[in-house]
Amino acid sequence: MAHALKGRSAIVGIAAAGTGEAPGRTAIELLAEAALAAIADAGLKLSDIDGLFAATSNHAFPTLSVAEYLGIRPRFFDGTNVGGSSFEMHLLQAALALDAGLCDAALICYGSNQRTAGGRLVSMSEPQWHETPYRPRHPITAYALAASRHMHQYGTTREMLADVAVAARGWANLNPAAFARGPLTRADVLASRMISDPLTSRDICLVTDGGAACVMVRADRARDLQHKPAYFLGGAGAQWHRSITQMPDLTVTAAAESGPRAFAMAGLAQKDIDLVMVYDAFTINTILFLEDLGFCPKGEGGRFVADGAIAPGGRLAVNTNGGGLSCVHPGMYGLFLILEAVTQLRGHAGERQLRQCDIALCHGNGGTLSSQVTALLGSDAAL
Amino acid sequence: MSASGPAAGPQAEYQAHLAAGRFMIQRSRSTGRYTFYPRIAIPRTGETDLEWVKASGLGTVYAITVNRAREGAYNLALVDLDEGPRLMSRIEGVETVAIGTRVKARIAEIDGGPALVFDVAQPGKA
Repeated sequence: MAHALKGRSAIVGIAAAGTGEAPGRTAIELLAEAALAAIADAGLKLSDIDGLFAATSNHAFPTLSVAEYLGIRPRFFDGTNVGGSSFEMHLLQAALALDAGLCDAALICYGSNQRTAGGRLVSMSEPQWHETPYRPRHPITAYALAASRHMHQYGTTREMLADVAVAARGWANLNPAAFARGPLTRADVLASRMISDPLTSRDICLVTDGGAACVMVRADRARDLQHKPAYFLGGAGAQWHRSITQMPDLTVTAAAESGPRAFAMAGLAQKDIDLVMVYDAFTINTILFLEDLGFCPKGEGGRFVADGAIAPGGRLAVNTNGGGLSCVHPGMYGLFLILEAVTQLRGHAGERQLRQCDIALCHGNGGTLSSQVTALLGSDAAL
Repeated sequence: MSASGPAAGPQAEYQAHLAAGRFMIQRSRSTGRYTFYPRIAIPRTGETDLEWVKASGLGTVYAITVNRAREGAYNLALVDLDEGPRLMSRIEGVETVAIGTRVKARIAEIDGGPALVFDVAQPGKA
């Protein structure tokens, strides 16, 4: 039995801005450009927006900064920051606020100039005092530790990790907007520079610039707008730790809790999913999340993704934009998962368009495998 | 009693113990549950009747990576203490070790302050 929120609201506008490199532009400029373009894509006016949801790595009070910059006086706002998973949580918050009538048009937005501002992953995250003496280089250290444990416990190999990067590149090569394109083989990944064992530079996401935004309204209004609505079918978050030292089992993320809850809300199961968009900041992420979200048994993720199984033409369509590994990753990538899902649900994905795409899963990850938020989106056919 | 006095919180108290050459962890008097990092209560169950006890110092490597920085490579490990809690540390004297390796704690100086590090435990020696 699906939850009452299923299908009650929909994403009706999406846009990205400055994806890749945007020299000379600030985070809020990229965010605002994406926001205005998403509102235009929805066929709405800036003055229609009365719900505001934002998270960035640049702004301590993102909804204040965005509302001021755009001149929005939102009736409802939420700046929940759970890293890259913030935007999947914002979808849930927006769905709730819209359904309750607390706002009528919700804008969810993000912007970052991380690449041109310094070229490194920047985080507002405070160091953990009990880790600091050992000089962890988070987020990389944490994910490398998780990968080491998964390899030890389940026989996952560097080749399997490499195949995640190769699959992402395969999709990126079909996406003209992807930042990293061109041939990439398993051997290339294995031969690239080791950053933090067992992760090489090719097992690690890009550092790009980029803004992104989407607009959500209630379903009745969505049907009157210009694009095919991408309905919100279900969403849920789970968080079990902050520091990687406190993660109970490094091979099991809280996606094992957020996923089933989101599926239950939508009344759907894994077999119903046409497109899986998971936050691939590192190659191990894709393996962990496919397991925890129930697409393969725990421990089998490495074997599940190997040999092109999630590449174009494979058995499951995963991260069809090219992912954080090859498309875009400006620090908090979560909103770009949603943009790709909506693009596929609309049938606007060009060369990489899936033959059938009526239900998409977006899974955001934040912190050091800390926050996990799953959202399910679908076309008319999913209702 | 720690050097920082009775008003100090568990984090300061832990660090004062380390500075005095003692690796101490917290345990609930009533349930025997341990926790690390030091807190004011056991997470989830909430016991606040915590006492400081000397850690065995023995543990097992749960996960490990080698950070290959320009200035040189160094490892970071998660170690499961025999008492249960897990912590981040460094395995000294080796580039890396296999997961499952038995290790023993030692207090070293890092960046001018006391910090816990681990050595590979020698079989037969406690």
